[in-house]
Amino acid sequence: MTKPVTFRSFSLGDGPITRMAAWDQTPLPPPFDKLEDEPCIGSIADDVRAKYAGLDDTIALNIPKPTSPEEEERLVNGFLAGLRRLFSAPDNWTFLQPFLFSVEHCARCQTCSDACHIFEESGKNELYRPSFRSEILRRIYFKYVKGASTFVHGDIELNWQTVTRLLELAYRCNLCRRCAQTCPMGVDNGLMAREIRKIASQEMGIHPKELHEGGSMLQLKVGSSTGMNPEVLKSNMEFIDEDTSERTGIKVVTPFDKKGADILLIHNAGEIMAWPENIGAFSLLFNQAGLNWTMSSEAPAYDGINYGVFYDDVQFARTALRHMQVAQKLGVKKIVLGECGHAHKALTVIADKVLTGGLNIPRESCMPVLRDIVRSGAIRFDKGRNDFPVTLHDPCNYVRLMGIVSPQREILGQVVPKERFREMTPHGVNNYCCGGGSGFAIMSGRNFASWRHHLTGRRKFRQILQAFQSEPMDGGHPKYVCAPCSNCKGQMRELIAFYKAHEKAGLHYGGIVELMVNAMADAKPGYINWEWH
Amino acid sequence: MPQLPYLLCTLAFGSFAITVIARFVMWARLPMHVRWELYPVPHEPADTARYGGSFMEETDWWKKPRKPSQLGAIKATLPEVLLLSSVKAHNRQLWLRTYPFHLGLYLVGAATGLALLTGILSALAPTLLAGSLGRFAHELVRALGVLGLALGCMGAVALLIRRLTLPALRAHTVPVDIFNLAFFIVTFACALLTFVLVDSHADKAMAFAANLASFHWEPLPGARLDWILPSATVTLASALIAYIPLTHMSHFVGKYFAYHAIRWNDRPNLAGGPQEAKIAKLLAFKVSWAADHIQGGGKKTWADVAMENPTEAKK
Repeated sequence: MTKPVTFRSFSLGDGPITRMAAWDQTPLPPPFDKLEDEPCIGSIADDVRAKYAGLDDTIALNIPKPTSPEEEERLVNGFLAGLRRLFSAPDNWTFLQPFLFSVEHCARCQTCSDACHIFEESGKNELYRPSFRSEILRRIYFKYVKGASTFVHGDIELNWQTVTRLLELAYRCNLCRRCAQTCPMGVDNGLMAREIRKIASQEMGIHPKELHEGGSMLQLKVGSSTGMNPEVLKSNMEFIDEDTSERTGIKVVTPFDKKGADILLIHNAGEIMAWPENIGAFSLLFNQAGLNWTMSSEAPAYDGINYGVFYDDVQFARTALRHMQVAQKLGVKKIVLGECGHAHKALTVIADKVLTGGLNIPRESCMPVLRDIVRSGAIRFDKGRNDFPVTLHDPCNYVRLMGIVSPQREILGQVVPKERFREMTPHGVNNYCCGGGSGFAIMSGRNFASWRHHLTGRRKFRQILQAFQSEPMDGGHPKYVCAPCSNCKGQMRELIAFYKAHEKAGLHYGGIVELMVNAMADAKPGYINWEWH
Repeated sequence: MPQLPYLLCTLAFGSFAITVIARFVMWARLPMHVRWELYPVPHEPADTARYGGSFMEETDWWKKPRKPSQLGAIKATLPEVLLLSSVKAHNRQLWLRTYPFHLGLYLVGAATGLALLTGILSALAPTLLAGSLGRFAHELVRALGVLGLALGCMGAVALLIRRLTLPALRAHTVPVDIFNLAFFIVTFACALLTFVLVDSHADKAMAFAANLASFHWEPLPGARLDWILPSATVTLASALIAYIPLTHMSHFVGKYFAYHAIRWNDRPNLAGGPQEAKIAKLLAFKVSWAADHIQGGGKKTWADVAMENPTEAKK
């Protein structure tokens, strides 16, 4: 690690203020226990470093360095204008109370730090301490907006470097809110990071392009952040139905646009593109259980993604409303969210205080629905078909943030032999983020992906390895990481590839419905494809 | 002015009460925010709360009766308030220092409250506390007070040492953190000195409390140290009482909202329910955010910007 970061050094110079070294980190469990054998964080070209504001080993936002005093001033003033709006009820009623509390009541006790997987896996680098960015925001607010004493609130120099680094630093947090669970006061550093992201996006027009231009804007334009329009969707779904029918020996037809259905199932459209077996498994299970359900082919209700939840309240509200408008038009009784954690939280919990009248249609998670299918006995499961080690990842968005803990475990209890299931430590609401949370799973610009594998995903990878330590850790003994969330699965896919963990440790990942279909007694065996990873 | 200590004390309690009420009202009047709960939520039924589960683990949860358990919330709140259970669980080294400090505050607060109550009762019914009950109350105030002061002082010293010596804390420490702890240490130490040197039976303290509560503001007896130490204690304590709610140490107010209005606030907005009217008002707020994809300008409402599609506007 380079010289420790301080509140003073945060405003000095215009390059990176810290760099990670391999020896800063704690070795992983075997067979990945040699730090010197680990892949390196990708480098960033010198001309890119020269052009864009720097913070550390990576760049998420690509903010051009200002080239004149006027541009410097514009950055600082834009930031301060956005900061003021965060304290305004009309502009920020959505989060004013939780935000204000977190600004006013931090005791600076650092109890939160040990809960943060990024801080821990960085070798306790001060830059990644969860309270560090919050404290910078507080100091800027009290000194430059309130004009309060630095004796009381601490000092910070505000210049364009402070602003650009703080905006970047907001994208070094997974927003998993594990730190908030441990705060004796209730201060929420995850929320603080998200509020900084809002200043960047809603006031300054600065956002990671994967989340904005290629995310929420593309979804509003086409219907899906995958770029998939309704025609392509229908074509893809026909293929998925055929493939699932062939692989299981059971005819599968996914119902579309069925008016008055009991359930509108909304998937993360990324699944349709990247993990069609997950979509097919849902269709098969829902059909076999006799549910009255449908999918929608109208934009954007075939894609549950709502990236606004990570960075922008307005983009969030726009997407959520459009999802609900389609549901209202179809006249469905409820919406069920597929295996996508942030879609769960966005539409079920956060949108709850945005919807009124006919748009306020009930929404629920697929986990209790799947659990009820298992309980109903409508489908016969043969646990013996899943006779391999399985561990379960708890997606933060619907476990820690929605309290959906038990249904997925009850399902696994019915489709996986008891002795083959291993809980991670810790798990449930105390889980660690996969490292792909808050949009990271789809952010790969520059070297961001390799940075994330080294820092944000490392704790989860460590947990997975620990869960399987009693197994032979080689490629010849397959092990299943059940990650019932699209973004988490994306992160697992990349982690496994980055560490070559499929070849070296036999790791394979997938959702929960794939395990269910793999255990369906009436289906052809072998739904899980172990070679595809 | 011999009544000055009484006046200071009265002003301090008044200021404390007004500031705490004002803070409570400020937090309570903030607009409803989006749901931002964090599990475990202890008012879920005990068998669900045990592992951090929620009502959303059920299908069609909106059709089922939902009865948050107030007992569950109380069972989580009491250890948090009385034992600082989350500090104990997540930061044991801090708890070993901050718990004596907080316990000291509680005991001093209890002793003060009891002394004032004794004074009021003695004024209203002089015979009630004339006998053994009065002596018991006196000894209880004395014991709680001195134990509280000792624990509070030790805790504050330990917290100060930790803050100044642990690099992770020192880096985040601002001058007022040191000032606040020093303020407690000096005030508690002064009160302890008063007890040890001039009022070991707490007679003066009890008399002062009785006079204060009954508005018989007689001058404090004694001279030199006998007068200086109690007067200094009253002055320092009054300043501290008035100061606390003006700082982030007023977390005892804000924390109520942090838990009940934010972290444990899982109350769903059911179709046709009372929250919908509030939401409609919030959606009528004007938006000023200036980014290109919003351009609120203080004219459009939240409902307006949510209905807009910025990709269509650019066609």
